[in-house]
Amino acid sequence: MSETQKVSASDNKRKNTGGTTILFFLIGVAISLAVGWVIFPKLLYLKKSQPIDFSHAVHNEAVGDCDSCHFFREDGTFSGSPTLAQCIDCHEDVQGDTEAEQIFVEEYIAQNKEVPWLIYSKQPDCVFFSHAAHVKKAEMSCESCHGEIGTSETLPIYEENRITGYSRNIWGKNIAGIKKHTWDRMKMDDCGECHEEETGDKGSCFQCHK
Amino acid sequence: MKIDRRNFLSLGAGATAGLAFSPLPWKLMDDSSIWTQNWPWAPVPTDGEASYVDTVCSLCSGGCGITIRKIGDRVVKAEKKDSDNANSGICILGLSSPQLLYSPSRIKTPLKKVEDKWVKISVKQAVAEIAEKLKGLRKDKLSHTLACISGSSAGTVPALFERFLTAYGSPNFITVPSVKDIYKLVFSLTCGASCIPAFDIANSDFVVSFGTGLLDGWGNPAAAFKAHSILKDNKKQLIQIEPRLSNTAAKADKWLPIIPGTEGVLALGMANVIIGKQLYFNKNVLFDSVTEGFEEFKALVEKDYSLEAVSNITGIKQEDITALAEDFMKAQSPVALFGRGEGSTPGSLHEMMAVNFLNALAGNFNKTGGVYLLSEPDYINWTHPVLDDAAYYNINAKRLDGAGEGKYFLAKHLLNRLPEVVNSSKTSPINFLFVTDSNPFYTMADTKLVEEAFKKIPFIVSFSSYMDETASMADIILPNHFFLERYQDIVTTCGLKPAVGLSKPVVNPIFNTIHSGDAIISIAKALGGTIAESFPWDNYETCLQETLEAKKDVMDKELFWIDESGVSNAFADSSGKFEFINDKTRQTKPYIFVDAQGEKKKYPLTLIRFDSMRIASGYTANSPFMTKTVADTVIKENDIFIEINPKTAAEYNLAERSKALLTTPKGKAQVRVHLYEGIMPGIISMPSGLGHTGYDSYLTGKGININELIGQIEDPASGFDAAWGIRAVLARV
Repeated sequence: MSETQKVSASDNKRKNTGGTTILFFLIGVAISLAVGWVIFPKLLYLKKSQPIDFSHAVHNEAVGDCDSCHFFREDGTFSGSPTLAQCIDCHEDVQGDTEAEQIFVEEYIAQNKEVPWLIYSKQPDCVFFSHAAHVKKAEMSCESCHGEIGTSETLPIYEENRITGYSRNIWGKNIAGIKKHTWDRMKMDDCGECHEEETGDKGSCFQCHK
Repeated sequence: MKIDRRNFLSLGAGATAGLAFSPLPWKLMDDSSIWTQNWPWAPVPTDGEASYVDTVCSLCSGGCGITIRKIGDRVVKAEKKDSDNANSGICILGLSSPQLLYSPSRIKTPLKKVEDKWVKISVKQAVAEIAEKLKGLRKDKLSHTLACISGSSAGTVPALFERFLTAYGSPNFITVPSVKDIYKLVFSLTCGASCIPAFDIANSDFVVSFGTGLLDGWGNPAAAFKAHSILKDNKKQLIQIEPRLSNTAAKADKWLPIIPGTEGVLALGMANVIIGKQLYFNKNVLFDSVTEGFEEFKALVEKDYSLEAVSNITGIKQEDITALAEDFMKAQSPVALFGRGEGSTPGSLHEMMAVNFLNALAGNFNKTGGVYLLSEPDYINWTHPVLDDAAYYNINAKRLDGAGEGKYFLAKHLLNRLPEVVNSSKTSPINFLFVTDSNPFYTMADTKLVEEAFKKIPFIVSFSSYMDETASMADIILPNHFFLERYQDIVTTCGLKPAVGLSKPVVNPIFNTIHSGDAIISIAKALGGTIAESFPWDNYETCLQETLEAKKDVMDKELFWIDESGVSNAFADSSGKFEFINDKTRQTKPYIFVDAQGEKKKYPLTLIRFDSMRIASGYTANSPFMTKTVADTVIKENDIFIEINPKTAAEYNLAERSKALLTTPKGKAQVRVHLYEGIMPGIISMPSGLGHTGYDSYLTGKGININELIGQIEDPASGFDAAWGIRAVLARV
């Protein structure tokens, strides 16, 4: 073999090797993107059903507004999810013919057992949040943070973060953390963003982390 | 295509680059940071509605009015009840009640000991087994061998137990003694009728306290603290006489260190000064017309209690004794207090009588700022239990503790005599023992003697809520509800105005426990016959409601019923006068002030106990929260410290925190040394309330139980335990 032929073979080999390298690089990128955007969210969140189904729409129509059940107590604290004490007035006996209603009355009301609701908006214990300051003082609507849950016919699947134990609703449905509405996420940055818009300042640490 | 190492590196590089454009690393980073803050051991307050419930604390005999803060169904805080009532307040033990309510060392279900192991049983089974045993005992005509040790004699629960014993046919209902017993005795002996004292500290202008721990847990701590504050706000005088600078002494206007055990001598020395200088006439008290035995008393103090002798015995200068006596009598409304520390031991009858003679000389009975003589709350008006022949015959049997007879004619209960009585018999004279609201195995002096006696008793039933020392020796435990889970009337009669408080349930019982009142009613019903007939109530709550019916409105509103009718029938009986000396007290003569046990030569030091608000030394033991507040000069990890004067420490070549072996005639213990100027040379002190062997890891093995080192000394006059300390020796380790 001549010297020229040898060089040409070597160039071809290098070209082939370079192409393969890029191909493998792109495969790596593709795998990572697939894992990061598709597989990872599926693995990260554990899907859980609520103990019983519940229609906010039906209740809203019956009782009028959110604060009939999610009310402020006399001392200004927020009641959060209703307890049996609130439900029992109407639900001492089975109403309607849904399976959820029957389970609720028989397994919870009759046994005086609180329903272990999974709370979509539960924040970590290190976070202090006052509903009174936001709803009463700043006159914010429930939808600003909780979206259109008040008109829902059924409760969404609760997705529990396997690492933190908190609901997916805190980070937001979009795994990249991109939001379209104010209620899409409930992370600290979202609080800060709103505070900056409304008050001109994100606020200080100890406002929320007591 | 040949795949080589370079391709794999390329794949890795691509994957890494791809990851940077995926949410995975950023999300993982965020989640990890949240995860690091999920501390499962950190207490997290429950969410829920805040509510407040008023109740009466029964963790000690004080019976303070408190308010419990709840979130949802969980108790989160105990606070002082916002009320003008003198009994409303809270101490560190009361503050611990949420921690004690949810304590892991609570007994969660009735237990039965089988081959030295605890087996869970139902309430029904426990009641049935107890009833069966008791039936057998009665069949064998041994009903008088049933005994009951109760933490108190006042209130409906102790009354139900006493009633049970009467209906069953046993006279052996025995209460845990305290300074309350000696108060009753002192006043019934000298004032001719059954009455109890209420020292009007708040309105006094000169308080002489012979070791009474006004700020160290005496009486109702909340009321005592309030009275002390009023006294100080009014800029009136408090003189504290005791060998150690206690909290009360530190807050006093003057602290007079005294050789322990000689307080009664000092009081009689002061009486000698008062009588010699005829200071009592300043009070316009005509002693011939209002007292009995004054001349005999005068002759006694003049003969045996000269200033010089008293000064030599007590270690207090003659001029200080004279000045104290003069200041006491110059005051408009002086009062002399007695009962050491928190008053957990009765003490010497003669010592207490001697101090009370000062009140008599000052003529301060039933006067503002003096001593009110009041009746005990009398509201339990049940019909007499129904007795069958067996019960009628056996309740007249001799009491095992000997109280009420012979040389013990003055005492009603003598728990301190029980270990000796049991140990000196070949077989235990007690076949069956109930232990309620008390932990005698821990609280009684001379632990070894007590242990020997308890081991000899064939069957013990404990009603304790905790696995305390006595409960651990029981055969069956029927755990009582914690006080925040039950109704009960709490009677407070220790040195301040008597009151009946109503303890109300704040939460539903957390565990499978049973109210002791319900337990004893159930046992009575299971026994049937006249015993069941004697308990006509369906349950304890019905019994309590019926008993308190007349006071229902007041107690619902205020929680307390304080009998304001005032003066009792004191001085109404016998001579109608204060009796310095009478036929009964003559029988207790000569005046003997109890000395410490042990030879002075072999044991040159004197060990005394001290009480602290931070260490619960009674039936209720320290909560972990309380132990955290104890200084590291009292307990450091498991090492207990003794307080010693630096001069005495130098004689023994001991430095701060040195280890030493403490030996008394009753036992040995390794201790550490804390040099303290506030203790007299030659005296060493140790806190009571430590050294538990029961309960849980928060308490077990922390320090030494001083009762292991101190013996009992029977007061020759009353039969009560009058030991205030013991001789001791220290050796550097």
